[in-house]
Amino acid sequence: MPRRTDINKILIIGSGPIVIGQACEFDYSGTQGCKALREEGYRVVLVNSNPATIMTDPEFGDRTYVEPITAEVVERIIAREKPDCLLPTLGGQTALNVTVELYESGALDRHKVEIIGANFHSIKKAEDRDLFRSAMANIGLEVPRSGVAVSLKQAIEIIEQVGFPAIIRPSFTLGGEGAGVSHDKRDFRDVVEWGLQRSPRHQILIEQSVLGWKEYELEVMRDLRDNVVVICSIENLDPMGIHTGDSITVAPIQTLTDKEYQSMRDAAIAVIREIGVETGGSNIQFAVHPESGKMVVIEMNPRVSRSSALASKATGFPIAKIAAKLAVGFTLDEIPNDITKETPASFEPTIDYCVVKIPRWTFEKFPGAQDKLGTQMKSVGETMAIGRTFKEALQKGLRSLEIGRYGFGADGKDVWNEQTIAAAKDKPEEREAIERSIREHLSAPTSQRCFYLRYALQLGIPINTIFEWTGGIDPWFLANLQQILEMERCIRDLGRDVLRDRDDLFRAKATGFSDQQLGFILRMSEEEVRQARESIGVRPVYKTVDTCGAEFEAFTPYHYSTYEQETEVRPCEKKKVIILGSGPNRIGQGIEFDYCCVHCVQALQQEGFETIMVNSNPETVSTDYDTADRLYFEPLTLEDVLNIYQAERPLGVIVQFGGQTPLNLAVPLERAGVRILGTQPDSIDISEDRERFAALLRELEIPQPPNGCARSVPEALAIAAGLGYPVLVRPSYVLAGRAMEIVFTEDKLRHYMAAAARITPDHPVLVDKFLEDAIEVDVDCVCDGREVYIGGIMEHIEYAGVHSGDSACVIPPRSLTAETQDTIKRYTKEMAVRIGVIGLMNVQYAVTRKQGEEKVYVLEANPRASRTVPYVSKATGVALAKVAAKVIVGRELKDLGLEQQAEPSHVAVKEVVLPFSKFPGVDTILGPEMRSTGEVMGIDTSYELAFLKAQLAASQNLPKPPEDQRYGDDYVFVSVADRDKPMILGIAKTLVNLGFRLVATDGTNAFLAKNGVSCQRVFKVNEGIPNVVEMMTTHRISLVINTPLGAATHYDEKAIRRAAVEHRIPYVTTIASALATVEGMRFTTRGLSVCSLQEFHARRR
Amino acid sequence: MNKRNKARLVLEDGSVYDGYYFGSKGTARGEVVFNTSMTGYQEIITDPSYRGQIVTMTYPLIGNTGVNPQDIESSRVQVSGFVIKELSAIPSSWRQTADLESYLVEHGVTGLVGIDTRALVRRLRNRGVMRGVISSDAKAPEELTHLARSIEAFDNLDLVADVTTDVPYFWNEPIRRVPGPGPQAKPIDKTVLVYDFGVKRNILRELVQRGCRVEVLPANISAQDALARKPDGIVLSNGPGDPQAVPYAIEIVKKLLGQAPLMGICLGHQLLALALGGNTYKMKFGHRGGNQPVLDLATNRVAITSQNHGYAVDMESLTGKPVTVSHINLNDRTVEGMWSEQLDFFSVQYHPEASPGPHDAGRLFDRFLDRIRPA
Repeated sequence: MPRRTDINKILIIGSGPIVIGQACEFDYSGTQGCKALREEGYRVVLVNSNPATIMTDPEFGDRTYVEPITAEVVERIIAREKPDCLLPTLGGQTALNVTVELYESGALDRHKVEIIGANFHSIKKAEDRDLFRSAMANIGLEVPRSGVAVSLKQAIEIIEQVGFPAIIRPSFTLGGEGAGVSHDKRDFRDVVEWGLQRSPRHQILIEQSVLGWKEYELEVMRDLRDNVVVICSIENLDPMGIHTGDSITVAPIQTLTDKEYQSMRDAAIAVIREIGVETGGSNIQFAVHPESGKMVVIEMNPRVSRSSALASKATGFPIAKIAAKLAVGFTLDEIPNDITKETPASFEPTIDYCVVKIPRWTFEKFPGAQDKLGTQMKSVGETMAIGRTFKEALQKGLRSLEIGRYGFGADGKDVWNEQTIAAAKDKPEEREAIERSIREHLSAPTSQRCFYLRYALQLGIPINTIFEWTGGIDPWFLANLQQILEMERCIRDLGRDVLRDRDDLFRAKATGFSDQQLGFILRMSEEEVRQARESIGVRPVYKTVDTCGAEFEAFTPYHYSTYEQETEVRPCEKKKVIILGSGPNRIGQGIEFDYCCVHCVQALQQEGFETIMVNSNPETVSTDYDTADRLYFEPLTLEDVLNIYQAERPLGVIVQFGGQTPLNLAVPLERAGVRILGTQPDSIDISEDRERFAALLRELEIPQPPNGCARSVPEALAIAAGLGYPVLVRPSYVLAGRAMEIVFTEDKLRHYMAAAARITPDHPVLVDKFLEDAIEVDVDCVCDGREVYIGGIMEHIEYAGVHSGDSACVIPPRSLTAETQDTIKRYTKEMAVRIGVIGLMNVQYAVTRKQGEEKVYVLEANPRASRTVPYVSKATGVALAKVAAKVIVGRELKDLGLEQQAEPSHVAVKEVVLPFSKFPGVDTILGPEMRSTGEVMGIDTSYELAFLKAQLAASQNLPKPPEDQRYGDDYVFVSVADRDKPMILGIAKTLVNLGFRLVATDGTNAFLAKNGVSCQRVFKVNEGIPNVVEMMTTHRISLVINTPLGAATHYDEKAIRRAAVEHRIPYVTTIASALATVEGMRFTTRGLSVCSLQEFHARRR
Repeated sequence: MNKRNKARLVLEDGSVYDGYYFGSKGTARGEVVFNTSMTGYQEIITDPSYRGQIVTMTYPLIGNTGVNPQDIESSRVQVSGFVIKELSAIPSSWRQTADLESYLVEHGVTGLVGIDTRALVRRLRNRGVMRGVISSDAKAPEELTHLARSIEAFDNLDLVADVTTDVPYFWNEPIRRVPGPGPQAKPIDKTVLVYDFGVKRNILRELVQRGCRVEVLPANISAQDALARKPDGIVLSNGPGDPQAVPYAIEIVKKLLGQAPLMGICLGHQLLALALGGNTYKMKFGHRGGNQPVLDLATNRVAITSQNHGYAVDMESLTGKPVTVSHINLNDRTVEGMWSEQLDFFSVQYHPEASPGPHDAGRLFDRFLDRIRPA
C-alpha cells in the first residue's frame, strides 16, 4: 500500500527532558521520524520541551514547539495547528501517557485527530496489566501470576494468589520506577505503599517473581498488511531481577537453540497481533526458566524504546524511521533497506558479530544512594560495543564506559590484582575475606558486579557456584569470561614475547585486550605496547554493520574494529575529518554534547567534507549511520581513535564538541602525531591549568575570585585562611563539578583534602574564594582567532554555589545592567582571542553587587562546546556549534554573517530535571556537584511566562491559585534560612494575595507574623503532629519553599525535601527560584499561549 | 597459546584461510557455501540438502547450546565440512547432551574454526560459490588449491542417491514443541507419500502432526509403485545438488503429475518445474538462511522463510506452461513458488517446515492438507 494521501499534517510528541529511563534514544527516534515523514511530503508539527535535541532543530519540523508536554499544552498546539493525526510512539512513555490523556479527555475527538502508529486500545492493552494478562491468556501465553491493586487491602488479597517472593510494579511509570521486591509479609506493606505513591494512577501490579530466569527481548515490527518481522533479539546477561536498563545485554540471543528461539518468535508475533499494534515497532520481553525452558511474557512496549534504539544500532535496521513510514500506510516490502539498497525492509536482519551493551551508572554523584541494582533502573547512560566475539565486544564495551577501566580488569584498577588473589589462595583467612566480599557483590548486585565476576573466576570459584551466587548468569557468559582470563594468563606467561609473535599478539587483541591492559600486564606503557604492536603489523581491521551477514553489498560505511584478515574501509577522495563523540551519557555529559557533534557533522558536510563520526553511545543521533558520512562505533580511547586515524588518514580530528571525553584525548592524540583541528591542545591547557589561566587573566586585567592552588593539606589551609571562608574547592581537570564543594570551616577543608587525594592524586586542588550571593552568568561564544561572536549571555536564577549545570537560567539576562553585559562581552572576547580559541568557548562569570555597583569575576573558561550550546542556539536561532564547526575548518565569522549578536525579543528559560526520585535516601539539595540528568526550555514573551513553562515542562506542577482548585491542598510550606528572610517577605505576600494559605515552622512563622503576613505554625518532624511531613503525605501541601541553613544538612530539612520528591510536590530550595516561582504562578490562571520556534526566530529576524 | 592445531581452507581460486581444525582430523572437500542463520547449526549440519558442501556460518559464535537428540534433520551429520569463527568453550542449554565438537568427531566431520568467516563469505558473494578443501595437515596452499580444483563439479552430480533412503519406511513422530508439549497431533486419517530426495525430518513431523500416515519412499521408486499405494497426496522433498543431475526423478515426477495432489519443497519444487518442461539454473551463491522474504503474489503478504538452495527455477522458462508463479523472493525477485490447478500441485523453493528458521510458512502444510482433506 502506498502512503496515505488523506492526511497531510502529523503531530509528533517528543519525550521531554532526559531522565533516568528515558534518554536521548528518543531524540534519535524522533529525529528519524521527522526526517522520514518529511521525506514523504508530510508536514510535521513537533512538540518537545527539551532544547538539547536534534529533533527540535527548526529544520527538522515544519512547526517546532519547545513547550511543556502536558495534555493541556499539547491540546493548545493541536487547536492551533489542526494536525490530521498524532504519532505517539516515538516519544517514549511521556508521549504515550499524554496521548492517553488527550484521548480520554476527548481532546482528540474534538479536534478530529487520529492516532497513528498505535491506537488508544492497544496502548491500554499493553500498559494496563489486567488487560495485558487477559490478552496473553487469549493467545495461550503465560505471564507471571499477578494482580492489580489500587489499595493495600486489595494488595493483600492478591498476594494470597501470587505468593512470595513478589515484584511490585507501579503502573504508568518509566524505567520501572518504584518497582520493588517483597520477599515476605514483613516488608510487603512498605513496598506496596511505595509503589502506589510512584504510580501516577495510584495503581500497582503485584507479580509472581521470576527472579533468576533468563531474560530476553525481541524487537518486532508490523505493517498494515499484518506482515511481522523480528528485527533483533537481545539476551540479558543479568537474569530477571535487574531492570533491563541496568543489565548488560547482548545481541543476538546466545543461549537458545533454534527451536526455543522460534517459539519465542512465534510468541512475539502473536503478542503484537493480539495487542493490536497495527503498525510500527514493539519491544516484547520474555523470561525463560533456565532448567525447564518454560517461557513467560513479561511485558510489551507498543512503541520505540531504549531497546529499539539499541536494536537499530546493533543491526543497522532503523526501527524508528521504518515505524514512521509504516504509520502512514507503507508496508515493509515497499520500503528499501538503506544499507543494501537492493533489498526491502521486509526481512529479518542477521548479524555476524556480537553486540554488548553496558549501562553507565553515576552513584558517586549521589552520596547516600546505595549502589544496588534491582528492578528500578538507575543507570544514566550506556555504551554499546561490537566485536566478532562476545569477549572482544565485552572488553571494548568496558573500556568505552569512561569509568577509568580498559577492559575486563587487568588495567591497574582492580580491587584485587592478580598477585593478591594468587597469594590469597594459599591463605584461608584472606581467601575467605575476599570470597565473602565477592559473594556479596555478586548476590546483591552492584554497578561493579562485572568486575567481581573476574575476581570470582580468578579465585577459582567454579562456574556453577558463580551461577548460583549471581542468581542465574548463564554459564555460557561465565565460560567466556573465563576464556578472557585464560588469555590474560597466556599473555602474562609469555611476557613481552607476546609482542614479538604476530599470531600470539593477534589473538590477544582479538580477545579484546587493549594496549593499556597489555601494558599493565607486561609492565610497559601503553605507548610502548602500541609501538611494538605496530612494528610487527598487528592492527585492527574494520568490518561493516550491514543487516545481512555480508549476503549483500553494503553501501553504508558503518564500521567496527576487530582483529581479522580483511578490512572493509573504502578509500575516499574527499577531504575527511574525524569528529569524536562524547561516549556514554552520564551526569554532566549528555545529549547536549551529542547535539553539538551532530551539528558539527552537518556543518562540515555543508562545507564539502567527508565526516567521520566516532562514538560508543547507541542512544544518540550521532551514531545513526545516516548522520555522518562514515560511522565508527568504537570506544573513545586513545588507542581506538589512533587506529581509526591510521585507517582513514583524515585532515585532522575535532575534539571540542563531545565534552570532556574527547578533550582529554587532545594532548595524547597530538603527541601521537594527530592533527587537532580547532583550538589547539596548548590553548586548551591554558584554560585548564589554573596557574597559566590566572597569569593570562592578570595580563588582561580581568578579575578572578581570589584563589590558590594546593598540593597538600597545610597548603590548602594556608590559602583558605588567606582568602577567608567560605571557599570553593575542587580538583583540577573535572567536568560537572565532580568532587566540588563549598567549604565553610577548616575542619571540613581537612576532610575534603583527605578525600580529594584519593580522587585525583596527580592533580592539585583548587581553592577559590566563594562569592556568596553572587549572580552567576554563563556565556557561549565562537572565536575564529580574531573575531568573537557572543552566542548568548545566560543569567542564572540560582545564586552562586549551585553548579551551573543544575541552575536554571534565562536569556536575555534579567537583572544585569547594560554596562555589566558589555563588560562580560569584552572579557569574553579578550580571553577567547588571547587563549587562541578556534571554535567554541564557554565562560562562567560571577557578578557581585555592592551598593548598586556590579563587579564581574571570571570563574572559568572552557574552550569547548558546553552544555548550554543547544539552549542558546534554540533561544537565539543561531546554531552556534555549526558556526564553530565552520570556523574550525577555516571560515571566518564575518563571512558567515555573524558580527552582530542576536538580540531575541522573547525570553527563554532553561530549567533542569533532577533524578532524586530514583535514589531513595539522597538529599535533594542543590550544590556545586552537578546532579541533573536533563533540561527543558520555556520560551515566551515574558520572563514569568517562560519560567512558568519551564517549570511545567520539568514536571514541577506549580499549584494553581485556590479559586481554580477543587481540593483543599492549597497550603504553601515556607521555611527559610535567616539570610533569606528579608526576601521571603515579598514572596509570602504574593502567595497570600494569590489566595494561598501559608504554613511555616517556628522561626519563619515568627518572622512572617512579626511582619504582618498571616501564617500558621506547623511542627517540625520531631515536634509532634501535625508536622510538615505528615501534611505533605496527606497531600495538604502543594508547594514547598525550603532554603537550607548554611552548610549544615539538617535532618528535618532533608526529610521535608525527600517527602516532596516522593509525593511529587513542587519544591524550591533557593530563594531566587522561589521568587521566580511565585512570579510565574501569578500567570497560571491566564492560560498559556503556544508559539513555534520558527515563529520566534522569524520575529527576531 | 592456543591448544588447537592449525588447519586451513583453500578455495579453487587459490584463496587461503588459515585457522584451526575442530571435530575430526582430516580433509574435507566440497562446494563452499554460507548460511546466514544465527541459530540452528545442529539442524543445518544434519540437513541432507547440504550433502557435498562445506558450510560456513556467517554468525561467528557457534556451539553455544551444544547438541541434543531432538534437533536433527536426519540420522547423521551431512555437511562435508563446517567452517566457523569461534567454537563455544562450553555448551549451555537445558537440553544439551553433548558439545558440538564431540558430535562432529562422532560423525567423522572436519570443522575449521578461527578464520575470518566474513572475508570468506564476501569472497563467495562476490565471486560465487567455489569448491574448496579444509585440511588439518600442513599441506601447502598450492597443493590444496589443486585438490580443490579436482573436486567433481556440482552440476550434474547425483547427490540424491547418497542421501535417499534405501527402502520405504513409515514415519510417525509428530512435531516436538520446545519447551512445552505443544498441540496434540491430529488422529491419522490420510496417507501421504514422501519422495525422499534428502528429506528433512521436520517435513515428516509436520505431516504426522496434521494427521497423516507418512510413508517415505526412496528417490528411485517408480511412479507406478507409488501410485499403487493409493496415496491421498504426495510430497516431493528437498534434497541436495543440481535438479538436472537426477533425470530419473524428473521422469518420476512427470508421471506423478495430475495423478495425485502434489506438494514440492525445494528440490521437489525444482523437479516439478523441470518435469513441466521448465528450466533451472545455478545461482551465484544461493539462498541459505532464515531471513529470506517471500512475497505471496495472491495475498501480497510477506513470509520470512528458511531457505537452502543453490539452484533456482528460471521464471521465463515457465511461460506457456500450465503453471502460475505464486511466490517470489523480494531480495532478488527469483521464483519461490508455483501452483497449478490443472495439475493439482503447488510447490515452494523455501522450507515451510523451517527447522531451523521461522515458522511463517508452516501454513503451507495446512494448505496441502486442506486439498487432500476437503472441509
